[in-house]
Amino acid sequence: MSARVSPEVAPSPAAGLEVAVRHDPRGLAVDLAVPPGQVLAVLGPNGAGKSTLLDLLAGLLRPTAGRIALDGRLLTAAGATGREVLVPAHRRGVALLAQDPLLFPHLSVADNVAFGPRSAGAPRREARERAQRWLDAVGAGHLAGRRPRRLSGGQAQRVAIARALATRPRLLLLDEPMAALDVTAAPEVRRVLREVLRGGQHPERPGGVVLVTHDLLDVLALADRVAVLQDGRVAERGDVHEVLTRPRSAFAAGIAGLVLLTGRATADGLRTADGTLVAGVVDDGCPPGEPAVAVLDPAAVAVHAADPGGSPRNRWRVTVTQLEPRGRAVRVRGVRGPLELFADVTVEAAAEARLAPGDEVHFVVKATAVRVHPAG
Amino acid sequence: MNPVSRRGRRAGEPVGGALPAWVHVPAAAGLLLVLVPLLAIVARVDWPRFGELVTSPSSLAALRLSLLTATASTACCLLLGVPMALVLARGAFPGLRVLRSVVLLPLVLPPVVGGLALLYALGRRGLLAPALELLGVRIAFSTVAVVLAQTFVSLPFLVLSAEGALRTAGQRHERVAATLGARPGRVLTRVTLPLVAPGLASGAVLAFARSLGEFGATLTFAGSLEGVTRTLPLEIYLQRESDPDAAVALALVLVAVSVVVVVGVRGREGRRGP
Repeated sequence: MSARVSPEVAPSPAAGLEVAVRHDPRGLAVDLAVPPGQVLAVLGPNGAGKSTLLDLLAGLLRPTAGRIALDGRLLTAAGATGREVLVPAHRRGVALLAQDPLLFPHLSVADNVAFGPRSAGAPRREARERAQRWLDAVGAGHLAGRRPRRLSGGQAQRVAIARALATRPRLLLLDEPMAALDVTAAPEVRRVLREVLRGGQHPERPGGVVLVTHDLLDVLALADRVAVLQDGRVAERGDVHEVLTRPRSAFAAGIAGLVLLTGRATADGLRTADGTLVAGVVDDGCPPGEPAVAVLDPAAVAVHAADPGGSPRNRWRVTVTQLEPRGRAVRVRGVRGPLELFADVTVEAAAEARLAPGDEVHFVVKATAVRVHPAG
Repeated sequence: MNPVSRRGRRAGEPVGGALPAWVHVPAAAGLLLVLVPLLAIVARVDWPRFGELVTSPSSLAALRLSLLTATASTACCLLLGVPMALVLARGAFPGLRVLRSVVLLPLVLPPVVGGLALLYALGRRGLLAPALELLGVRIAFSTVAVVLAQTFVSLPFLVLSAEGALRTAGQRHERVAATLGARPGRVLTRVTLPLVAPGLASGAVLAFARSLGEFGATLTFAGSLEGVTRTLPLEIYLQRESDPDAAVALALVLVAVSVVVVVGVRGREGRRGP
C-alpha cells in the first residue's frame, strides 16, 4: 500500500466486505456481506447484474447510490449519504479474475505474476520470488519462462490465478473463472482454486472472495455461502447446502434440480452423517474421509413399490412426502431419516405404482449415475 | 475432365466466396495505373551514370536533409500523435467527433494550403509572430520549418494507426492491470503502449514515408534552400528542368525507399493477421 492511502474508517468498522449499492442505469440494487475469509457464490441468469456487481466492487463503475466497505475501509460511497468516495481500482486491494485469463501477451509468465507486486513497489527480486511461490502454488512453476501465447487455456487460467493472488488482495473477484475452459481443464483449475482458497496452507489467502458462476460444481467446491441475483435483486441467500437443497428462487431450483447428499467421501462413494452409504463415482482430488457431496440427477432415480433386489448398489427405503407435477414427469419427494431425496418419474409410472404421500417405497439409482465431489 | 483440381486451386484449401469474373478487369486496370508509371521511371533511368547522379553534392545534401527531417518529424508525430490517439480512443467528452475531424483535416487538405496556413501562423508576419519574435525564434524558411511542415501532413497517419490499434486492443488488459494495483501511468507504459506497439510502429513507418515525400507544404512554408530546406522531392522538382537524368535517378531512389517502407508495413500486418 502506498503511503498516500489513508484507510477510510466506516462508522461501523466491521471486518469483511459490506455492500449496499444501487446502479440505476443497469437496474441493480443489492446488499450483500462477505465475512472475512469466506467465499460468496453469486448465481443468477444472464443479465441479472452479476457483472455490474463485480465492476462496482472493483471500482470500475460508479454506483448511483450506496456504499461499499472492505474491512472497515470505505471504498465507494455515493448518493444521499453525503460525501462521495470512489477509491480508484488500483488502490482498492481488489483483484479480478475473469473468464478470459487476460495475461499480458508481451510479458513472460513470471513477469505477469510479478506485475502486481512490482506495481505495489516491491523490489524486482522480491516480486520475482513471490511470483515463483504463487506459480508453484498453482502448479505452474515450470511455466515461469514461457510467453502466454504458448500456454493452454487451463495453464493460462492457473497463471492468472497466481497473478491475482500475488497482489495479496483483500478481496478476490472471480468472474466465471472456469466458463471458458474445456471439460478437461475446468476440473483442474477448480481444484487449484479450491486448494488456494480453501486449503488453509497459504498464509496470503485473500480476505474474502466473490465468485460469479453458472456452475453448480463451482459452488459446491468453492463457496461457503450463496446469493442468487435475479433482475438486479438478491432473490435469496444462505449457506450453500441450505440454498441448494431448499431453493426458494426459480433460478436456484433450476441450478439445483439435482439431488445433493452431503457427508464424507469413501473410496467408492460417500457416507452421510446418519450412516447411509451412497455408491458413486468419486472425483479425483476427493480423498476418503474429506467432506464431500454426492450429486445425482433425479431422472436417474427409479421408484419401486417393493424392493426390486438385483444389482443396483443404491437402494434406499424412503417415505414419500409429496408429489409434484413437472411437465411430463412427476417429482416424488421422500425422506429417509434426516435425508431428503427426490426422483423424477414418468406420469405413467407414478400412476401405475399408485404413489401417494406416506407410502413406503424404494429409490434405486445406479452407482454410475452418482458423482461424488469435494465440498466446503 | 477433373472438376476438382482446376489450375491455381489446390486440394485441401478452403473455397473462397466467388467473384464475378468481370471484377478482375477494372482491378487489373487499377494495378496497371500504378505499375506502368513506376516501370516507366525504371526504363528512363540512365543506368551508366546512375551512381554519379545520385551521389552529386546537391543530391547527397538533399538526401541527407530528407532523412534527417523525416526522422525528426516522425519523432514529433509519435510525441504528439500517441497522446492525441489516446485521448481520441479513450476519452469521453462532448465534441470528440468534431475533434477527430479536425485532427484528420491535413489528410484531405492540399499540402500547399497546409504550408500557407503554417506560414500565416508561424511566418514572419504570422499570427504568432510577435510571440516568436519575443522569444527570438525564426521558424519560416529554416530546417525547423521543414520538420513542422512534414509533421503537419504526417500526423493524421500516425493518429489513425494508433487510434485503430488502441480500439482493437480494447481496455480489458488495462482494467485487469488496474485491479492488480497499477497506477494509470504504469498501466499506460507497461500495458497499453506495449500492446499497441505494432500499430504504433506501422503508423510511424507511414508517417516517415509521408514526411519523406512531402513537397507542397515544405515548398510553401520552408522554401528551397540547398542543404537547409531543399529535401529530396524539392531537389527532384528543381533538377527536372536543368538535369532530367538526375531527377529521374533521384526519383528512383525515392521509389525504392517507398517500396521498402510499404513492404515493411504490409509484412508486419501479414504477420499479425490470423
